[in-house]
Formats: sequence, structure tokens, C-alpha cells
Amino acid sequence: MNFKLKIWRQKNAKAKGGMVSYDVTGISPDSSFFEMLDTLNQQLIIGGGDPVAFDHDCREGICGTCSLYINGRPHGPVKGVTTCQLHMRSFRDGETIHIEPWRARAFPVIRDLIVDRSAFDRIIQAGGYVSVNSGGVPDANSIPVPKHDSDSSFDAATCIGCGACVASCSNAAAMLFIGAKVSHLALLPQGRVEAAKRVQSMVARMDELGFGSCSNTYACEAECPKSISVINIARMNREFLHAKVFSEKEKIIRESL
Amino acid sequence: MTLLNARIPEGPLADKWKAYKSGCKLVNPNNKRKLDIIVVGTGLAGASAAATLGELGYNVKVFCYQDTPRRAHSIAAQGGINSAKNYQNDGDSVYRLFYDTIKGGDYRAREANVYRLAEVSTNIIDLCVAQGVPFAREYGGLLTNRSFGGAQVSRTFYARGQTGQQLLLGAYGALSRQIAAGKVELCNRRDVLDIVVVDGKARGVIARNLVTGEIERHAAHTVVLANGGYGNVFFLSTNAMGSNVTPAWSAYRKGAFFANPSFTQIHPTCIPVHGDFQSKLTLMSESLRNDGRIWVPAKMRDVERLRNREIQPSDIPDQDRDYYLERRYPAFGNLVPRDVASRAAKERCDAGFGVGSTGFAVFLDFADAIKRKGHDTIDALYGNLFQMYEQIVAESPYEKPMMIYPAVHYTMGGLWVDYELMTTIPGLYAIGECNFSDHGANRLGASALMQGLADGYFVLPYTIGNYLANEIHTPRIDPGLPEFKAAADEVTDRLNKMKNAGGKEPVDHYHRRLGKIMWEQCGMARNDAGLTEALYLLTELRHDYAKDVKIPGGMDEYNPELEKACRVADFIDLGELMVRDALQRRESCGGHFREEYQTNDGEALRNDKEFAFVAAWEFKGRDIAAVMHREELQFKEIKLSQRSYK
Repeated sequence: MNFKLKIWRQKNAKAKGGMVSYDVTGISPDSSFFEMLDTLNQQLIIGGGDPVAFDHDCREGICGTCSLYINGRPHGPVKGVTTCQLHMRSFRDGETIHIEPWRARAFPVIRDLIVDRSAFDRIIQAGGYVSVNSGGVPDANSIPVPKHDSDSSFDAATCIGCGACVASCSNAAAMLFIGAKVSHLALLPQGRVEAAKRVQSMVARMDELGFGSCSNTYACEAECPKSISVINIARMNREFLHAKVFSEKEKIIRESL
Repeated sequence: MTLLNARIPEGPLADKWKAYKSGCKLVNPNNKRKLDIIVVGTGLAGASAAATLGELGYNVKVFCYQDTPRRAHSIAAQGGINSAKNYQNDGDSVYRLFYDTIKGGDYRAREANVYRLAEVSTNIIDLCVAQGVPFAREYGGLLTNRSFGGAQVSRTFYARGQTGQQLLLGAYGALSRQIAAGKVELCNRRDVLDIVVVDGKARGVIARNLVTGEIERHAAHTVVLANGGYGNVFFLSTNAMGSNVTPAWSAYRKGAFFANPSFTQIHPTCIPVHGDFQSKLTLMSESLRNDGRIWVPAKMRDVERLRNREIQPSDIPDQDRDYYLERRYPAFGNLVPRDVASRAAKERCDAGFGVGSTGFAVFLDFADAIKRKGHDTIDALYGNLFQMYEQIVAESPYEKPMMIYPAVHYTMGGLWVDYELMTTIPGLYAIGECNFSDHGANRLGASALMQGLADGYFVLPYTIGNYLANEIHTPRIDPGLPEFKAAADEVTDRLNKMKNAGGKEPVDHYHRRLGKIMWEQCGMARNDAGLTEALYLLTELRHDYAKDVKIPGGMDEYNPELEKACRVADFIDLGELMVRDALQRRESCGGHFREEYQTNDGEALRNDKEFAFVAAWEFKGRDIAAVMHREELQFKEIKLSQRSYK
């Protein structure tokens, strides 16, 4: 298969970027999207050019390193997969493919197609965990957890932190990312203890970091490679509201004493 | 020849760890604040260690080449984690897990380490549940288990087909909490390119900032390596693209012994290779062997008709199928250990009965299981794996049997460590896959996650204190020391030399060449002639690489080709050591199969009299042959016997 590629090239965070055209030929339909880009890069290197930098690592759809807007869609045209799991058989022979980095204020470009997503780490650092130390915990079976809750928690916990939700959102909101973590932990008795504090600090951190707000278009769910449901956003909103009301009530009671 | 002392505590096996913990030195909280620790790697071992050491009060700096710790390749582990909880009441115990692991490793692991691993395995599950890891549960709300290869009990805890992901996110959460608390500093997008040794002790690392290209010096009282395995020496493996041996190899060059480098695991159930452009292989979890039946056609005529697409696999009646694992190993059937399953697949394919376009594949068939358990149950157990397979191969395992073939997956060899997980360089520790200690010549399924977390959460935090207690009077290490400057200059020099080579072919070209040599001569089956030839080919490759590699871009910018170039240079050197190790081990054991040493029915033939030892290699210089040291393995608890799964 042959393709015409239009790829965003940008030397570093400060440089001005632009789209550059390349041709690749003789690509197998069974090759993955990255194997197609590998082929391009090998050609560029041999020809004395500058290979295209893109983020990738596990190439099996789980590490969340890969990104890319492909023809205007995060992770390309196939639903429920990451770019590394995308194969060239999903494209037409001779097609022009546009490849760009994630576009969001909170994700600045590092080089070419690579962006800095450390804002996600900072959101997790704000409270996306259960505060237990190694050791001194109860036996794993001492607290039964309803299977349904555990399964729903798992569904939310499958988030790979790739940032497609932010990239797909017209406001660059991180609501699905946070909603997934808040839900994962709030649905389990182990995470319930800190649920109110967690949701408030994570949302506050998100606001600080320059993510936009949610306008319920559900683009995030549509583009999430792990098909994480917007129900998690609703659950987070409920948790948030509950936490706020509860903390207001607490404050009033405390002040009246 | 140095006698390697593993420093195994005295006393009965079951009491050793308890005795060690009661007797080891402690560091008081005021002193912990003054001690710095560097951890390299943020997979299960590195993240759990960094988090735990932070909780204890040490100052920790943690390094990863990824953009965030959550992406380390432990995340890709699918099937599960073993633990001797005996929740199923099926006869499991610490002793049985210990026994299965030693036997599964074909009697080439250290008894005391493995027993400790089995012992702390139960703590891991408790901790992970407390962290909010959503393990699979029964309707009653309690945890459920599945079976894995090499065991006759169900002791594997799992979170659908994404157990590694969920465990790593648990450890990443714990790590994030310590980063927020200011106890751990994260150095992401860094490659650790050298270990700094001052007055005989590990005191820091030299790292390259992958974004700016800056060569940085980082100092600490002690260094912990958790940089994972070296499967990418084969070019095609189930490892992540960035997985590399460089930190461990730097340690080897600085005097840490490298043990059993030839012990590599070829995993039986991977998606077969399909083209020259391929960049990596994808694993299909071993858990699939719980319900999938492995077969090839019994008749050559059917093999041909399949290949010509005249018939479908489902057209072949049961009596014309060769369920070769069930036939050869009735007691364990499809759940034999990985090395046995891999070799059996190779045997059938070499005999011409392989399927698929290349003939190097066998069927993993779920038709019976779907009939017996129903579509929905199978979906709940393996849904994401089936989806992943379909995405790559464009065929649904619900309709057609999967096609699988063995691929490089895990490396049992690694830095030699003693009972305290310290290498032969004082103050340098190695944990998780990058050490050699617990899996012998073959790792059982669901044991890697167990070992990574055992080392990081429950073993190292004790043993490192025993060392640091003697360091409380050592002031903060100064990265301005001449040893740091020398190491940094050496790294810069090495990079410059590579960058200024002749420039004929890109790094990948050499990496593929390396992979081909290793897979063909030092892969699933090895022999004297092939290994000897490999040594010659590797020397040639090393020279070509130094002379002709082509690296575009600059030194002081984001340059993925330069990163790869460093990694591949080390892989080539490592390849040579692996071949030397495979040559000296004139026996077959676990994943190391020497064709000259097999039983009449093609099983691995061990030689306990001459080879019940750990081969630990000492670096003597790049152009000088490495020297082998032996650690004799003592089996006091377990009687050595021919491994049988029949």
C-alpha cells in the first residue's frame, strides 16, 4: 500500500511547527501504524533527513504512551484502540493521512508529535490513591466487595492515561481522566474513606493546570481507546457535589459550636 | 576464583527470613531523613521500592525513561500474580508455592530466596487490595483465583487480562503519594547510562535527560536498580520498545557480576511473526491455556489443505487433531510450564505440522470452552485478550482458533545478588526482573509480578536498612567528586564516538541483525556449533556497529535514535556474554535447551552433578573474555529430580 503523509514537524517546545508531506510506499496492510512510521523514519535516516519523533513504547495498547491525531481523530479512525494497535488495513491505498500531536494547553509539544502529559501525573499526585503504607493492612478477604462494584471499579481503572479524552474535547477538559480515577477508588470500600477529600483535591488541581471544563459532548467517551464511559464523569460530579455540600455543612456546624 | 557468598541466614528454611528480620540493623527515623537513595526504573519492583522507601522516611530519587512512571512495561503483564493464600482450600501453602517455583525453575534457583518469596506473597495481595486494586471477585464478594502453568492448585489472583496494569497503577498511586509528600523526586524521561562507584561503593548514577540531552550527575548513599529484563536483545520480543539492559550492563562494567545471562524465557503463546517490517511481538496470556486447547493437524494432508485454504480448522474432526500437550503430558495437559509448552510447539512445527502462512504457528482453540461455559463466561475471563488478538490478526477467536507461536518474553538471568538483593558492588542493589535470583532456569507464569512486588514492598526495605545503618555518618555524597566527573566524561565520550561513526545504516539495521543471530543460535534450542558460530558473528557485528552506525540529529536535543544506539551497543555486548554462558552450560535445564543434552523422548536433560550452580560473570574489559565464578546451589529441602509433568 502507498500513502501520502502530512506530518506536524516541530523542532522543540519553542520552535514554530508546520505540516510537512512525505510519501511512503510498499507498506503491508498487516503492518501497524507505527511500523509504517518506522519505515518512513528508516528512509529519512538513510537519506540524511531528520526522523519524525513520536511517543510509543509497549505497542500493545496498554502503556498509554502513544498519542497522535490521525485525520483529526485521537488514535485514528478505529474505535476502542490506541494508535499502536491501529493497522494499515484500516486505511485506503493511496490515502492522504494527516498526523498531528495532541492539541491542548495543558499538553505542550516537546518535539514533532510528542507532547508533555506530566499534568496527568500532577493530578494523580493530588490524591489519586489510597493512603496506605506497605505493611500493616488487613487480610485481603476481610472486607467482601460486591462483585458488581468491583467490576465497575475495574472498568474505570482500565484508563491508560493517554490523554485522548483531553485531545478530543473542544475545551480540553480532563473530566473523563479524573472521573475514571475517582470512580475506580470511590466504588471500593478501601477507597471510600478518602473519597470526599480525593475528588475535591483532584478537581482543584485540574483547574490549576489549565484544563477546560466539561460541556457534555461525550467526545471523550467516543474517542477513549479503552471505551471508558462518561458515567464516570457523572459519578465524579455526584461525589464532588456530595463532598462540597458535606464540607459546607461541617463548616457551618463547626462555626456554630 | 572468588567464592561467591550469598549470605544466606542460618537456621531452618522456614525461619530464615523471620530470623533475618529480627537480627538486621535498623536506621532510626532521624537518620533516614539524612540518607539518599536512587532507584532506577518504575515498574512493579522500582515503583513499589521507591514508594516504600519514601514511606519509611528516606530521600528517594526515582528514574524512568518513560514520560511517567505509570508506563513501565510491568503494565503489560496480563494473566495474574501468584500467592500462597490458599483461599480456594485446594491444598496450597507457602511450602507448595516454594516447591512449585523451584521445580518450575528446573532446580537452578536458590532455596532461601524462593522460600522468602513464597512467604511474602501473601502480604502482597493484602497490600494491593488495600490500595484499591480491583482483583476479580466471586459473587460473595471474596477474591477469586485461576490456574496457571506448572501448578496443580489455583493460586493466581487476577484483574481480567490486565493484572500487571492494575498492580502497577497501585504502586504508581503509592509512588505518587510519596512524590506529593516530597519524599520521592521523580526524574522522568531520563536514561541512566552509568553507575558511579566511589571508594568501592555505589554512590550515584550518570543520566541523560532525554528532552534536553544534558548529561546529569546524581549522587546518593545507595543505588537500587530495577530496570527490568533484556529480552530486546532478540530484537523481536514481547518487551516494550524502550526496554533495555543499559543500567544493569553499566553496573556489570563497573564490577557487578552478571548471573546466568543465557536463561531466557520463550513464552509459548504469542501472536506469530508475520513480516519483515515487524517491530515487536504480542503476548497472549498464559491464562488462556486454562480454557484453550492447543493442537495441530495430525495428518499432513490436512496441514496442506489448511495452508491452501481448502478447509477451515473447524472442518478437521477431533480424531484428526493432535492435542500434543494433552497427549505428551496427561497430568498437566495444556498447563505445563512455559519452556515445555514452547519446545513442544517448536517440535511440531519443525516436524512440518505447523499452521498459518509461515508454518510456524499452532492452534489455541476455545470452541470446546465456549460450548461448555458459554460465550459470556469466556468473554468475562478473556474479553480484552480476544479483542487484542482480533485487532492485530483481524480474526475473531470466537469463530476461529487463535494461532500462536513461542516468542521471547522474560529473562531469568540478571545481576547476581545475595540474599539481601545486593550485587557484588557494595551499596548497589538489583530487584525485580533485572536480578537473577528467584526463577532459576524457567519462570512460572504469574511469578514475575509476585517477585517484583515482593522485592520492592517487602524485602528490599528491610535489607537496605541493614546496609544504610552503617552509612549514617556518611555525609551527603557530592556529585562534584572526581569519580562523577570521570563517569560523566566517559559517557559523553562514548556518545560522541557513536555519533561520529561512519554512518552507513541506522541503528535498527544492526539491532535486527543481532536479533536474528540470537534467535537462531541462542534461542529455543542451542548447540555447540551454533553458539560457536554466534560468537564469531557477534564480534563481526560489534565491529560493524562501532564503525558504521548512522545516528541523525544532535546530542543536546530530543534524539530517539541516539537513545536506541546506546541501548543496542549494550545489547550486542550482552549477546556475547549470553552465548558464552550458553556454551559453558553443557546441560539442558528450563529455558536453556542444549540439543546435545536431551532424553530419548526429547525432554531437557539436566546434569546436577556438574551444573547445579549459578554462573556469575565478571567483566574484565571490553576485549578480554569475562571470567566465570560459581555459586554452588545447595538443595537441603528439596530433592533434585527429573522434572516430570506427565
